[in-house]
Amino acid sequence: MSYVSSPQDQVRALSERLFWMTALICVIAALLLGRLWGLQVFYGDHYLQLSEQNRLRHVPIQAPRGRIYDRDGRLIVTNTPSLNLYLVREDMTDADATMAEISRVLGWPVDEIQARFSSQRRAPFLPVLIKQGLSLTEAARLEAHRLSLPGMKIEVEARRHYLYESLAAHLLGYVGEISAEQLERDAGRDLVPGMVVGQTGVERTFDPWLHGRPGVKRIEVDALGHERQVVEAAEPRQGDDLYLTIDLAVQQRAEEALGGRAGAVVAIDPRTGEVLAMVSHPAVDANRLAGSLSAAEWNRLATDGSHPLTNRAIQGVYPPGSIFKIPVAAAVLESGQMRPEERVFCQGGLLFGRRLYRDWKAGGHGSMSLTEALVNSCDVYFYKVGSAMGIDLIAQYAAEFGLGQPTGIGLPSERRGVVPSTAWKAKAIGEPWYPGETLSASIGQSYLGATPLQMASMMATVASRGARYQPQLVRAMRHRETGRLVVFPPVRLADANVGAKTFEVLHRALAGVVQDQGGTGSAAKSKFVSISGKTGTAQVVSSPSGGQARAPENFQDHAWFVAFAPIESPTIAVAVLVEHGGKGGAVAAPVAKQVIEAYVGAPPAPAPSVVTDVPAQPAARPAPVAG
Amino acid sequence: MNTRVTTMTRSIGERRVVANFDWRLTAVTLALLAASLLSLYSVTGQSEAATPVYLRQFYWILVGWVAFGVMMMIDYRILARYAYAGYGAVLLLLVLVLVAGRSSQGAQRWLSVGGLSFQPSEVAKLAVLFALAHYFAQRRIVEGYRVAQLTVPLLLVLVPVALIMKQPDLGTALTLLFLFTAVVAVVGIRSKTLIVGALLFFMLFPFFWQMAWGSLKDYQRDRLVTFLNPSADPQGKSYHLLQSKIAIGSGGWFGKGYQEGTQSQLKFLPEAHTDFVFSVFAEEWGFLGSFIVMGLYLALLLLGMEAAMKARDMLGSLLAAGVVAMIGFNVMINVAMTSGLLPVVGIPLPLMSYGGTAIVTTMAGLGLIMNVRMRRLLLFY
Repeated sequence: MSYVSSPQDQVRALSERLFWMTALICVIAALLLGRLWGLQVFYGDHYLQLSEQNRLRHVPIQAPRGRIYDRDGRLIVTNTPSLNLYLVREDMTDADATMAEISRVLGWPVDEIQARFSSQRRAPFLPVLIKQGLSLTEAARLEAHRLSLPGMKIEVEARRHYLYESLAAHLLGYVGEISAEQLERDAGRDLVPGMVVGQTGVERTFDPWLHGRPGVKRIEVDALGHERQVVEAAEPRQGDDLYLTIDLAVQQRAEEALGGRAGAVVAIDPRTGEVLAMVSHPAVDANRLAGSLSAAEWNRLATDGSHPLTNRAIQGVYPPGSIFKIPVAAAVLESGQMRPEERVFCQGGLLFGRRLYRDWKAGGHGSMSLTEALVNSCDVYFYKVGSAMGIDLIAQYAAEFGLGQPTGIGLPSERRGVVPSTAWKAKAIGEPWYPGETLSASIGQSYLGATPLQMASMMATVASRGARYQPQLVRAMRHRETGRLVVFPPVRLADANVGAKTFEVLHRALAGVVQDQGGTGSAAKSKFVSISGKTGTAQVVSSPSGGQARAPENFQDHAWFVAFAPIESPTIAVAVLVEHGGKGGAVAAPVAKQVIEAYVGAPPAPAPSVVTDVPAQPAARPAPVAG
Repeated sequence: MNTRVTTMTRSIGERRVVANFDWRLTAVTLALLAASLLSLYSVTGQSEAATPVYLRQFYWILVGWVAFGVMMMIDYRILARYAYAGYGAVLLLLVLVLVAGRSSQGAQRWLSVGGLSFQPSEVAKLAVLFALAHYFAQRRIVEGYRVAQLTVPLLLVLVPVALIMKQPDLGTALTLLFLFTAVVAVVGIRSKTLIVGALLFFMLFPFFWQMAWGSLKDYQRDRLVTFLNPSADPQGKSYHLLQSKIAIGSGGWFGKGYQEGTQSQLKFLPEAHTDFVFSVFAEEWGFLGSFIVMGLYLALLLLGMEAAMKARDMLGSLLAAGVVAMIGFNVMINVAMTSGLLPVVGIPLPLMSYGGTAIVTTMAGLGLIMNVRMRRLLLFY
């Protein structure tokens, strides 16, 4: 230890190091100031933006969807206030307890609530929809338990309301909250998360018009996401209204006529292609689909063996059966294969190769002209002409009537059906076409497949003698903002390349099917209007034995009937399919008749038991004279 | 000899002492305390507590001025006589806090006396400083200290550091270690000591690391991890850091205006009244405000260094430099932390953060600087 003379010397000994310490302080201060300058000045705008993002939140406001009317302005789909139950993750102190309590109050299984709650991965401050359309009692009960249910919100919101429940359910479609995939797929459109959009049917196809423009609320929130104040709000704009081509009365009658049977009915105005009715049964109440179906209910619907979610009119592909004789007959006449009056003898079957191809009538029809073969739906006649023409010529004329291609009606998932040809078989199956298959195809079996819509469209082309229109579902759209009515004109396609004389023959034959004594379609004969038509019975399983023993229901044939009316100047073409219905003439024809009668304004057939007192009254409208 | 000097100074009279009172130091301190109250009022003015935070801070500041006065009036050479006694008392308190302390947020840091609670670890800073300064001033070694000669002062620091880490209070422990480093740097060590020290440090580093890492609470480890890799968890642990940077950065040149800071007012900023009070201030007053506050701190530290350089003896010099090191270290760490340069270590901003014991300790330290300054010899001027 060394001695230092005075205290000042001690300090002086330190002074150099004290100086360096001072310098260090200055350097650090400069560095920190530099950092602050960087944050506040250099990157100031960036951080200001981040702080605004923290503070401001955009909350979408649902726009009411546009309404949907029938062709005469009768309301079919509208919006109605609905009490909706929401949960806000962030406000719930104990999520499980809250959900258990809701389950207790509503009597709803708790795992359903949990599944709904966790199905939507969203920011914790955004409400998650748990149940739509609470009853007043449910809402009142929940409100009474509000104190034990933190994070619960009951909001009054517009909800889609389908006035006629399951009527035209497949055609109209239903709505639902937009899914993540939909958001991604339609990234360019004005869609926002949480928005309700059309999921199928017209609701989906015309969604860009129907969904309107959601409003947005910019709110200031604190760090916990609680709303402090509304900074600004842009009101939503209601969606545009649609006027369908559907005639509500015809649609209703078609729904009733088909009743509880599985099948489809399509009615088209042959002058424009406008779809007057489109029924697919079984159907589900669209209000249920648009509401909050539980996962289990969805699952049940999706796996239901009767396929209630399938629109049979455009997605059901059935063998056309004898209806296919119409394009085959056209091919016969156009190709000059046979003159109309030339006769073929039917013995009840045709031996081709080593196989006997049976006629549906065991004893045979005897001598048949083309007209008679159509009226009686003689199979042997068509076996003969078909095998003579070959499959490719038949396919060519089937295509003239629009078979084997989508009609372009503009509904999601329309199927194109099948019109086989040699080229088609080589490509689709990789096998050559066997001549025997032409016989089956000539009576609408084999690989042939068509949707009820295609059949109706084909019949419309026949009715209009070759003029083809794209089937159309929407007549007009009314702009919400301008009030302007935008009318969608009919879309005329290339005419069927079939001559007028051929149509003349076809018209006469098809009129005979219904009007002639013993015609296969006589069940469609109406007192009010003249009807032409054709029956069809599509085999579900081929029965080479031709046995008509009662098959179990699932193996029963599909019943077809296509028709147009009035015969002189057709205004409606109809296709009816009853799945596993049996004979087309007996089962499907009366349905077509009712639809046509509804369209021309005839009163529905009175139910006999209800009639107690019948005043003497003339028919509502003079029936056109049957031809 | 010490006694003789003291009596001599006193005989020269208290007149000069009062004449040397530094109004600049007092003004800078007042300005920083005003900035503190302003910011605390901004974030806790709406509070419905019986005694809101800003008001409590105001009372503590009053206590702080008393501490300032006491530490200024009693000659530091007299105070130094009780250095080891004070040191021992603080060690006792640190043990007591581990036994009977009050816990809050996972740390046991507070002792309650009557209705008031205080943090012995804050007081420990001054006690350790006094012990170190007293130790070094008594055995002056001009050629610099050898490693062996540093053993005692190192122990003087490590014992309280260990006790404080046990609470745990990482911030204060680091402050004490830094204080030791600064004092040793000022008294001077041999270059050989530096090399041996460095070697020893690196050899023992794994051991220390194990000890330090092992004594950390989970949340402290998380903080370190998120600091090193902030993108690992943007909404979680680095949230505080990011929100603080956003608050400071969004202030821009001139700030968002008083009580208009959205980050602090809407509570995006965590711990707005304690560790992150600087962010509150910087958001509302912008770079202009940060510049002024940083300038005030720099002025405070430079005035302290001036006192150290002009002190009449080594004890005074070390005391003043030690207080400067303490305050400077805390300001540096806090501002670096709030501006996202360092992990969240929980070191308050001296004079501005809310915290009773910290305010009183800091102001006592400033009183000590004033004490040293007022008792310098003016023979050379």
